[in-house]
Amino acid sequence: MLTLTLESDTIDGEYQVPGIPKEKTPFQLAFRRFGHNWIAIAAFILMILIVLSAIFANRITTFDPIKLNAKARLTAPNSEYWFGTDAMGRDVFTRIMYGGRVSLWIGLSAVILSLVIGVPLGLISGYTGGVVDNLIMRFMDLILAFPGILFAIWLVSMLGPGVNQVIIAIAFWDLPGFSRVVRGSVLSIKEIDYIQASRALGGNPWRIMFSHVLPNVIAPIIIMASLSISGSILAGSSLSFLGLGAQPPTSEWGLMLSDGRPYLRQAWWLMVFPGAMITLFVLASNIFGDGLRDALDPRTEIK
Amino acid sequence: MVNFLIRRLFTTLILAVALVAVVFIMLRTIVPGDPIQTLAGDFATPEMIESLRIKQGLDKPLHIQFFIFVRNALQGDLGNSIFTGLPVTDRVIGAYPVTIRLTIYSFLFSMTLGLMLGVITSYYHDTWLDNIMRIMSVTFASVPTFWLGLMLILIFAVWLDVLPVQGDMLSLEGLLLPAISLGAGSAASLARLVRASMLEVLNTEYVRTARAKGLHEWGVVVKHSLRNALVPIITIAGFQIGGLLGGAIITENIFGLAGMGTLVINGITSRDYPVVQGTVLFTAFTYLGVNIIVDVMYAYVDPRIRYD
Repeated sequence: MLTLTLESDTIDGEYQVPGIPKEKTPFQLAFRRFGHNWIAIAAFILMILIVLSAIFANRITTFDPIKLNAKARLTAPNSEYWFGTDAMGRDVFTRIMYGGRVSLWIGLSAVILSLVIGVPLGLISGYTGGVVDNLIMRFMDLILAFPGILFAIWLVSMLGPGVNQVIIAIAFWDLPGFSRVVRGSVLSIKEIDYIQASRALGGNPWRIMFSHVLPNVIAPIIIMASLSISGSILAGSSLSFLGLGAQPPTSEWGLMLSDGRPYLRQAWWLMVFPGAMITLFVLASNIFGDGLRDALDPRTEIK
Repeated sequence: MVNFLIRRLFTTLILAVALVAVVFIMLRTIVPGDPIQTLAGDFATPEMIESLRIKQGLDKPLHIQFFIFVRNALQGDLGNSIFTGLPVTDRVIGAYPVTIRLTIYSFLFSMTLGLMLGVITSYYHDTWLDNIMRIMSVTFASVPTFWLGLMLILIFAVWLDVLPVQGDMLSLEGLLLPAISLGAGSAASLARLVRASMLEVLNTEYVRTARAKGLHEWGVVVKHSLRNALVPIITIAGFQIGGLLGGAIITENIFGLAGMGTLVINGITSRDYPVVQGTVLFTAFTYLGVNIIVDVMYAYVDPRIRYD
C-alpha cells in the first residue's frame, strides 16, 4: 500500500501530490488579500453596523420618527435626545436611524437595478459588436452627455418626485459605467482560446456569453458595483435634498438636511448629524471599494 | 489635427441633435397630462384650447413638431416659459454666467489644490505628511457637496461671522464658500490621481537621468515629471468639469445663487417644462463643448497622440 497520504496532503479528500501546495482559487486569494487590509475590514464592519442600525431602527430607539412632539421643539442634544430634536420635536437620532432605511435603500437598489440592466447590455455590446454594439454605446454616450448629476435631475423632472423615481433615475445614470466596464472586459476575453473554441464548436451565443464570458468579468463588476454604491447614495441624498426624492414627513438623510436649513442659526445639530452620517457611510463604502479592488487585483502582493 | 477636429465637431453635432431628440421625445411621451391644458388653465373653453394648440404648433403631427423644435433649438429659441410667457432663452442667458463662473472658480480651486497636494504627497510619499493628506483626500472625496456647503456656512457665516451666507459670483467674499464647497471633492480625488500618476513618472529612468545630470529638484519635479504625468490628469479634469457643472445645480441652491441650477429646480417644482428642457439642453451643450476642448488639450500636452 502506498504511504503517500500524510494529513496535510489530502484536502477535502482530494488527492494531493506531496510537496506541491493545493492551488487556491482566485476568490480564495482575493479573500486572503482582503483579510490583510485591516482598514478595509474596519470600513466594511462600519458599513454593516450602519445598515443594521437602519434595519433594526425600531429596536434601537423608542421614539417615533414621524409623530410630532410640540413640547420638545428644537431641543439641543442632551442625555435624552442624543442628537437633539427638530422643529417638530422629533428625535434627530431616531430619524437618522430610520432615515438610513430610505437613503441606503435608494443607493443599493439603484446599483442593483443598474447592474441588472447594464451588465447584459455590456455583455451583448462587447460580444456581438457591430451595429448592436454601436447602438448600445451611442445610447450610453447620450447619458454621458449630461454633466454630472444633471441627467438624474432631468429624468426625475419628468417622472415626478419620489423615492422610486429617484432609484430609476440614478440606475440609468449609473448605466454607462457598468456597461462600459463589462464591454471592455468582454472585448479582451472573447479573443481567448477557450471562448474561440466554444464558438468554433457552434455553441449558443447566449450560453457562451452568460456561462463562459460572464464568470470571467465578475471581478470588475464587483469592484464597479461596490464603488458605485457611494456615488448612488450621494446622488440619492442630493436629489432628496433638492426636494425631488423622499417627501416629508419621511425621514431621509438628505431631506432632513433641507428640512433643517431654516433653523441653521438656532439648531446646528439639525445640519451636523444627518450629513455626518452620509459622509460616514460614503467614506466607509469608498474605503471598502478600494480594498476590494486591491484584493481582486491579482497583481496586488500579500504583505 | 484639423481632420480630427472636423470629425470631432461632426460627431458632437450628431450627439447634440440626438440630445435634442431625446429630450423632446421624453417630454412628449413620459410627462403625464396635456401641456396645452396646463397652459390654458382650468377655466379655458374648448375653443380657447384649440386656438392655443394651433398657436403653439401642437396641432401638427409629431415629426413636424420635432423638426420645428430642432430648428428653433439650433437657432437658440427654446420656447416660452409656461408661467411667465417669456422666452426661455432670455432666462437662460441671465442665469448662465452665474453657473459658468461658479464652475470655473471651483475648477480653478480644485486644480490648484489638487495639483499642489498631489505633487507634494508624491514627492514625500510614504511619510506622515503623505498619510495625513491621503486620509484627508479620501474623506473630502466622500463629503456630499451640499453638506460641505452647509457646514461652511455654519462655521464661517454663522459662528465666525466672517463671510456672507448668501453667495455672490462677483465678489471675492461671495464666491469663496460656494467655490470651495463645490471644488473640494474634486480637489481631493484629483490629488489622489496626481499622486498616483506622479509616482509612476518619478520612478522612470529619465527622471533618474535628470537627477543624475545634476538638475535641481524643482526642474525634475515640475518640468520633467509633472508634464509627463499630465495626460491622465487632463482626462479626469475633463470629467470633473462635468461633475462641477452638474454639482453647481446643488451648490447654487445652498448659496441662493440665481444660476442654471436654481432655474432648473424652480422649473421642476412649478412643472414649467420648457424652462427645464431649455436649461438642461443648454448645460449639456456646454459640456459637449468642454469635451472638445479637453480633446484638443491632449494633443497639446502630449504630442505623441495623433488623431488619424
